[in-house]
Amino acid sequence: MHIELRNVSHEFELETGFLPVLENLSFSIPKGKFTAIVGPSGCGKSTITRLVSGLIKSKKGEVFISNEIVNSPRSTVGMAFQNPVLLEWRNILDNVILPLEIVSKSMNRVEKTKRARELLSLVGLAEFEKSRPSELSGGMKQRASLCRSLVHKPEVLILDEPFGALDAFTREDLWQTMLTLKKQESFTCILITHDLREAIFLADEVLVLSGRPATLQFQLETKLGDNRKLDDLYTNETTKSLSILRKQIEIAQKHK
Amino acid sequence: MTSYNKIIIPLLSVFIFCIFWEWLVWINGWPNYKMASPSDLWPAFWKFRWLFLSYGWDTLWRTMVGLSLSVFVGVGFGIIMGFSKTMRIALYPLLVGFNAIPKATVVPVIALMFVGFHDMNTILIVIFISFFPIAVSISIGLSTLEPEYKDILLSLGATKFEIFYKIALPKTLPEFFGALKVSVTLAFIGTNLMEIIEPHGKGLGHLFDSGKISADYPLMFAVLIALAVLGIFLYYIVVLFENIFAGWAERN
Ligand SMILES: Nc1ncnc2c1ncn2[C@@H]1O[C@H](COP(=O)(O)OP(=O)(O)OP(=O)(O)O)[C@@H](O)[C@H]1O
Ligand SMILES: [Mg+2]
Repeated sequence: MHIELRNVSHEFELETGFLPVLENLSFSIPKGKFTAIVGPSGCGKSTITRLVSGLIKSKKGEVFISNEIVNSPRSTVGMAFQNPVLLEWRNILDNVILPLEIVSKSMNRVEKTKRARELLSLVGLAEFEKSRPSELSGGMKQRASLCRSLVHKPEVLILDEPFGALDAFTREDLWQTMLTLKKQESFTCILITHDLREAIFLADEVLVLSGRPATLQFQLETKLGDNRKLDDLYTNETTKSLSILRKQIEIAQKHK
Repeated sequence: MTSYNKIIIPLLSVFIFCIFWEWLVWINGWPNYKMASPSDLWPAFWKFRWLFLSYGWDTLWRTMVGLSLSVFVGVGFGIIMGFSKTMRIALYPLLVGFNAIPKATVVPVIALMFVGFHDMNTILIVIFISFFPIAVSISIGLSTLEPEYKDILLSLGATKFEIFYKIALPKTLPEFFGALKVSVTLAFIGTNLMEIIEPHGKGLGHLFDSGKISADYPLMFAVLIALAVLGIFLYYIVVLFENIFAGWAERN
């Protein structure tokens, strides 16, 4: 689904007054595309994810998903965060099924299980469906969390630093998993990240936000195509893109 | 640990405790009005076995009814305070104040308010004394629910009720059972306060009182032991429920 933000401004009410977080932010993500958003810490990235998912409403401007104004949560959105927030009293399979219990109440248990297993085997967790979340490593938990965010076939996938807490090797592993999922499922994706290489490797386009209040400062197409490999991160072209992005982040940090 | 050991070890520890107790009384040569020994207790139990059964039952059922109701009251307050910050600020001082009042002083007040309704009075005291830990644990459990837990369901358009019973409730269960274990022991204190301070011819508290009046010290000690046994019994019933409903929280 096509996602569009049109002149979005947002502020939070604090005891000491108003904190402007987003200012006149506009961008759009074509259907089926993968967009990464990077920006200084605290600039308002998570706020964007909450606006797009309909958890909060912007003070000014509008968010559209396929030309409909978003002003409340919708079942066609899936989310995953840095904290995998798996429910300890459910096994992995039942954790993945959870969204279906909310949005597909008419679906029977067999169908739900089938759908969840399909995703679990895609991310390599097939043998762990009966495990408790605490029995899994950080990377495995995040895989399960990704399955949960996709189980109800959302049209929009929102990822807020899902790999942020993982070590470098596990992270690269999960990037590959993410590509597998992208090939298999169809969704339009917003990825918030602090990792520029991750942004380039996974996304079709990278947006750089300025410091708070965030505006769109820079955008870059990654041009890595559909069959990306980790080696693509070490070509001259990506090295150039990386250094451009790094400079933009420096500018964004000074903007504060 | 095998389940066999889980039964044998506690029994063994009770047995060793009794031997030690017997030895302590014997070595010090205490008369039984100072400290009865386990061997004095058996005759007391045997002599009053029917009274122990029927009074024990009085105490047990009133404690259980009171405790069940205090779960409702505690969970009710807990939910209200857990979900509304305003209510939390408004109710906490009242509840803390109420809880701080020594219940021994409330007993005569209640007994005067509802003269003659002994069962109800006892149950009321049980509720008053044991709902507080439950209310606090539920309200803390609900109010400290990380926002991401709510977000995963809220972002799908889940209702408040779905969030409550799919996430908030199960997530608070371990804390709830922790509080319930405290409440069980408090509940027995409540029943016995009523039975001893306002004797009305029922319950183990009454038997204790008769032991006191007739200077039957082994009987008084035997009542204490009977209360301990009932306390252990109820406590392990709670543990049983905990294993069924919140067993997932136990780390291996
Ligand atoms: N509910 C809220 N009430 C008040 N202030 C908030 C609220 N949510 C976020 N903020 C503030 O808004 C600013 C932007 O927050 P946001 O979480 O969107 O930043 P972020 O870019 O995701 O940061 P990070 O990189 O650390 O994840 C921060 O200064 C934060 O303190
Ligand atoms: Mg954030």
